[in-house]
Amino acid sequence: MIRKLIVCALGLVLFTTSGVSFWRARHLPEPVVLGPGVTEVRRLSEWSDGVRGTANDCNVYILDSGVPGGTVMIVGGTHPEEPAGRLAAWILAENAVVETGRLIVVLSANRSATTVTRVGGAYPPDFTIPTDWGERTFRMGDRWSNPLDQWPDPEVYIHHPSRQYLAWMDVRNLNRAWPGRADGTLTERTTYAFMRLIEREKVDLFIDLHEAELQYPVISTIVAHQRGQELATYVSMMLSDNEFNMGMEYSPEALHGLSHREIGDGSRAVSILFEAPEPFLDATRGRTTREQLLTGKDEFVVRAGQAGLLFEKIDENGWPIAVRVGRHTSTFLQTLEAWTELNPDLPILVRGVPRYAEVVERGVGHWLHDPSSAPPERVRIE
Amino acid sequence: MVLLQGVVTILYYALVAWVVAMMVWNLLRSRDWKEEVLYVIVLVPFLLRLFRLK
Repeated sequence: MIRKLIVCALGLVLFTTSGVSFWRARHLPEPVVLGPGVTEVRRLSEWSDGVRGTANDCNVYILDSGVPGGTVMIVGGTHPEEPAGRLAAWILAENAVVETGRLIVVLSANRSATTVTRVGGAYPPDFTIPTDWGERTFRMGDRWSNPLDQWPDPEVYIHHPSRQYLAWMDVRNLNRAWPGRADGTLTERTTYAFMRLIEREKVDLFIDLHEAELQYPVISTIVAHQRGQELATYVSMMLSDNEFNMGMEYSPEALHGLSHREIGDGSRAVSILFEAPEPFLDATRGRTTREQLLTGKDEFVVRAGQAGLLFEKIDENGWPIAVRVGRHTSTFLQTLEAWTELNPDLPILVRGVPRYAEVVERGVGHWLHDPSSAPPERVRIE
Repeated sequence: MVLLQGVVTILYYALVAWVVAMMVWNLLRSRDWKEEVLYVIVLVPFLLRLFRLK
């Protein structure tokens, strides 16, 4: 009997320690210090009740200049395991000031997916960015919505409304669930709510921030809906000429569920998507650590490159997070410049956002502000 | 489809609870310490799912 009690006590310790660890990782608070340009913070459920009370009722940060112009919406966290997208959006929410037009920022487009890591992937639960005043810790997240929020998965995912057959796990992939439906799965209800937001707020330009493995051909590029091809080509040329190499890809017309396809088809908004390189996602990576995530250094991915298996260059310097975030902020700024030039009746002018060289020089943390020294009413939790 | 998912989810959690109950029953009846340790280790992921921790 005593032996049984000891064994059960050991089991209880194992259950408690692992349970507390998982619970903490899922509920890690991520503060956002509202920048001077944020005029309003709303919840996604204000545009569609289907996400109210769910993990995906995310914050929507609105930066309204009050000066008539275009409206641009930018989202990070479609795939939270691609942290440069979330961090670039974070920099916008904490620093951007809009002088003409309106900017709508989402940091956790699939908030449910920020609360889970890849099953069997040995992902770290979180990562930390050093700042000028200390550090900020963020949830690691995964590509797909948390199975605790949406389950079970079907054997084949049939996309709505195209009825195209997609991979089963992509039933929880936000970027395979556009345009969504009001009575669908949580992931579909989330994209449905975003579509209502895009319609009602008359969004002119939609930008989806991503990262990609180096073994994936769609990398270091802008993927554009056909109505955004001229814009994306212009941005690609300017960036490649002045800052870093940036490609441009057409959104496949027959591949459904993606933001650059469905938003462009189903709304007035021009939809584009940015991809930055993230060696952490490569299947041939070595140890899946926080350091690898943030430095982008990996000798095994380098070897894959030497074997000609990659679609992007990599060397011993890796792809540090500042480089990846800087690519996103510069691409965003260049896009707005090009947009305003191509659409002079819908200008969008933004200041306060660092370009690539500034982010690389000072680090991502320089642009994240101390929540403890900010007025409480100017702090939100993601 | 969403209704069906809800029903399957409830059945799934009921099944997990049943497996947990059976393993605890076997753990209490077992007289071999190696079996007891094995039951406890196998129980952990089932409990984590039952309590919606992972």
